[in-house]
Amino acid sequence: MHLSLRVWRQKSASAPGRFETYEARHVSPDMSLLEALDGVNEDLIASGGDPIAFDSDCREGICGACSVVIDGIPHGSRHGTTACQLHLRHFRDGATITLEPWRARPFPLIKDLVVDRHAFDRIIEAGGYVSVKTGGAPDGNAIPIPKTNVDRAMDAAVCIGCGACVAACKNASAMLFVASKVSHLSLLPQGRVERERRVLAMVRAMDDAGFGGCTVTGSCEAVCPKNIRIDVIARMNREYGRALLKGGSPELAL
Amino acid sequence: MPIDAHIPSGPLERKWERHKSDLELVHPRNKRKYDVLVVGSGLSGAAAAATLAELGYRVKCFCFQDSARRAHSIAAQGGINAAKNCCNDGDSVSRLFRDTIKGGDFRSREANVYRLAQISVDIIDQCVAQGVPFAREYGGLLQNRSFGGAQVSRTFYARGQTGQQLLLGAYQALSRQISLGNARMFSRTEMLDLVVIDGQAKGIVVRDLVSGEIASHAGDAVVLATGGYANMFYLSTNAKGCNATAAWRAYRRGAFFANPCFTQIHPTCIPVGGEHQSKLTLMSESLRNDGRVWVPRRREDCAKAPGSIPEEDRDYYLERKYPSFGNLAPRDIASRATKEVCDAGRGVGPGGLGVYLDFGDAIRQMGIETMRERYGNLFEMYERIRGENAYEVPMRMYPAMHYTMGGLWVDYHLMSNLPGLFVIGEANFSDHGANRLGASGLMQGLADGYFILPYTIGHYFASGRPSKTPADHPGFAAAEAGVKARLARLLSVQGKRTVTSFHRELGRLLWNDCGMTRSEAGLREALGRIPELRAEFWGDVRVSGSGGEMNADLERANQVADYLELSELVCRDALMRGESCGGHFRTESVTEDGEARRDDAQFAFVAAWECRGADREPMLHKEPLVYEEARMSTRSYR
Ligand SMILES: Cc1cc2nc3c(=O)[nH]c(=O)nc-3n(C[C@H](O)[C@H](O)[C@H](O)COP(=O)(O)OP(=O)(O)OC[C@H]3O[C@@H](n4cnc5c(N)ncnc54)[C@H](O)[C@@H]3O)c2cc1C
Ligand code: SF4
Ligand code: FES
Repeated sequence: MHLSLRVWRQKSASAPGRFETYEARHVSPDMSLLEALDGVNEDLIASGGDPIAFDSDCREGICGACSVVIDGIPHGSRHGTTACQLHLRHFRDGATITLEPWRARPFPLIKDLVVDRHAFDRIIEAGGYVSVKTGGAPDGNAIPIPKTNVDRAMDAAVCIGCGACVAACKNASAMLFVASKVSHLSLLPQGRVERERRVLAMVRAMDDAGFGGCTVTGSCEAVCPKNIRIDVIARMNREYGRALLKGGSPELAL
Repeated sequence: MPIDAHIPSGPLERKWERHKSDLELVHPRNKRKYDVLVVGSGLSGAAAAATLAELGYRVKCFCFQDSARRAHSIAAQGGINAAKNCCNDGDSVSRLFRDTIKGGDFRSREANVYRLAQISVDIIDQCVAQGVPFAREYGGLLQNRSFGGAQVSRTFYARGQTGQQLLLGAYQALSRQISLGNARMFSRTEMLDLVVIDGQAKGIVVRDLVSGEIASHAGDAVVLATGGYANMFYLSTNAKGCNATAAWRAYRRGAFFANPCFTQIHPTCIPVGGEHQSKLTLMSESLRNDGRVWVPRRREDCAKAPGSIPEEDRDYYLERKYPSFGNLAPRDIASRATKEVCDAGRGVGPGGLGVYLDFGDAIRQMGIETMRERYGNLFEMYERIRGENAYEVPMRMYPAMHYTMGGLWVDYHLMSNLPGLFVIGEANFSDHGANRLGASGLMQGLADGYFILPYTIGHYFASGRPSKTPADHPGFAAAEAGVKARLARLLSVQGKRTVTSFHRELGRLLWNDCGMTRSEAGLREALGRIPELRAEFWGDVRVSGSGGEMNADLERANQVADYLELSELVCRDALMRGESCGGHFRTESVTEDGEARRDDAQFAFVAAWECRGADREPMLHKEPLVYEEARMSTRSYR
């Protein structure tokens, strides 16, 4: 099969960017899209060109490194699939595929398809944890946890921190990402102890990082490669309201 | 020359407890005075960085990914072992110890393995406290599954994403320390050299992967938690970015490299699809709790649809050969058995390089929903890659390079022979001998990072009282200059071949000559070819771009240059070890029924190699393996 890749090229955040089109020859339907990009890069290197910078590591849909907008959709149009797991069998022979970076103010561009997602780390640093030190933990079976709670916590905990939800949102909101961590921890007894402080601090860090507000368009849920449901946002809003009712204030969160 | 592992005296079960209370301590107020550089943010690195920061040390942690959370540990699927005996099936610390020693084919250090089994219990509790959502029974208690090489269920798991959940627990603990100002994270930063001053590890040289800037960091101790070297084989189940550079640079600076030929090939991975393939995908061993491995009995059936082959014409070869462990025979054994049936012409799929992993029986017995709950994400992953629905047709599997038991040599304190250089997780050699059992890698990484290193590093500071080295010591500038010169040299060759083409060629060579089976002739050939390939690389590689920018091609080139050296040591070690043990199968050393023949009289030692410069042969040091408790026996899973 043969494909054309129309790729966003930009040397650095301050340099101007533009699309360039590359021919991906000798590709097969069993290849992944990133392997097609590897092939284009091999050709570019051999011919003295400048290979395309893009993030990837595990190539199994779990590390959250890959981050490409494919024909206008973060991670492409296959439901519940990261860019690295998207195989060419889902494209038409001869198609032109457009590849762009995540575009969101809190994720500044570094080069070509690579952006800086440190803002997510900062949100976790603000409160996305249980404050226990190593050692002295009680027996893991000391508190039985209903299976349904663990299952629901796990549904939220599978977030890979890729940022597709932000890239898809017209407000660049990080609600789905933040809510998945808040839900995960608030569904478990171990995480409940600090639930008020956590949600206030994480929401505040999210706002400070410049992510926009949520207007419930559902575009995040539609692109989330881990099928995280928008219900987690409702849960987070309840947690937030609850924290305020219990006397917390967003300013005191830190 | 024998080397000393500093194993404490006393009975095996009490060594660690007693030793812990004998270790010297750093006063809490003084901990602030020590800088610890932790390279790596996988399970071992993140656990160590978080714990050391909690204790009060000043910690800097480094990783090459854009976030600590993306370290390769995130991809571990199946689970983590612990001797909690939750299933009341007779598990115990001593059984986990014996299974691990036997699984490693009596080539691991007994005292370390016993300590690992003891600590395993605390790991689960720690992770639960952090909010790791391990699978639970309806009654709310922790659930277990089985993994290879064990007859009890002791593997804790979080669906097929155990590594992810454990790593996020450690990453979150580290994030908390970062927010408290006790730790600093340097992501997109690659360590390119170790700084050794007066024989002690005193810092590292790093490259900022965004700007290309070279800088150094001084510390009172350096902890390498940089993972394994499976990617030397080009195709492996490891993440694309995994590499051996940190460990190899430490070796070049004097740290011993132990048992490099002990590499693990995992039996169930999705077979290679074509030349373009960038990596291989593992299908977790946990699938073999319910999946049955088979090939057609007759060669002429191999092209038929699997569903049309009746039960009596199928050969469930693992169940047939190893009735007491069946499909959960250890990895080295299962991989070789698979190679054997494929070599005999009974493999299925393109090139005959595949066997079926069939869930038909399990689905009939337990229903599709149960399967979906247990392995849903793995079936999805398979579907994405192969485009086939494994609920309907059996999966097709073939072995692939997966894990490296070998690594930098460490003593009981997890310190290398270079004072101040500690090595944890997959990067060290210590606990898995010649073959790692499933679900033991995560256990070891977390044991090292949460529960061992934090004690032993304090002892190093308190007892050794290492001198402070200022960051403007000339040793740093010299190391930086060396790094810069090497990168400049890579960029200046401007030859005709890409880095990837060299890496692929090296990988093929190693897979053929130093893979599932190894022979003297093959190894000698590889040892002849690798230096040639290395010379071709330095004479004809083409690296694009410059050093002063984000440049993945340059990063890769530097790593492949290291593989071209490490691979030679791996083959040399494989040639020296003229016995078969664990994942190291020498065709010259087999029993009458084709199983591995270990040679305890000659080879019951850890092979620790010392670098004596690029032009001289490395020197072999032997650490004898003495077993007080475990009885060295022929390993049988029949
Ligand atoms: C697909 C797969 C599935 C697995 N499943 C299981 C399982 O179910 N159970 C189990 O027990 N084990 C499993 N394993 C094995 C286990 O996951 C690994 O052995 C373990 O996670 C390694 O952890 P680590 O901390 O040693 O290193 P890693 O997680 O590999 O982390 C290495 C870290 O070092 C950093 N690093 C490396 N080099 C440098 C450098 N030069 N400069 C700066 N930073 C550097 C990286 O950025 C990274 O942060 C699996 C492995 C694979 C490949
Ligand atoms: S919520 Fe989904 S889309 Fe957003 S970061 Fe997590 S996995 Fe990615
Ligand atoms: S590369 Fe890891 S999720 Fe895509």
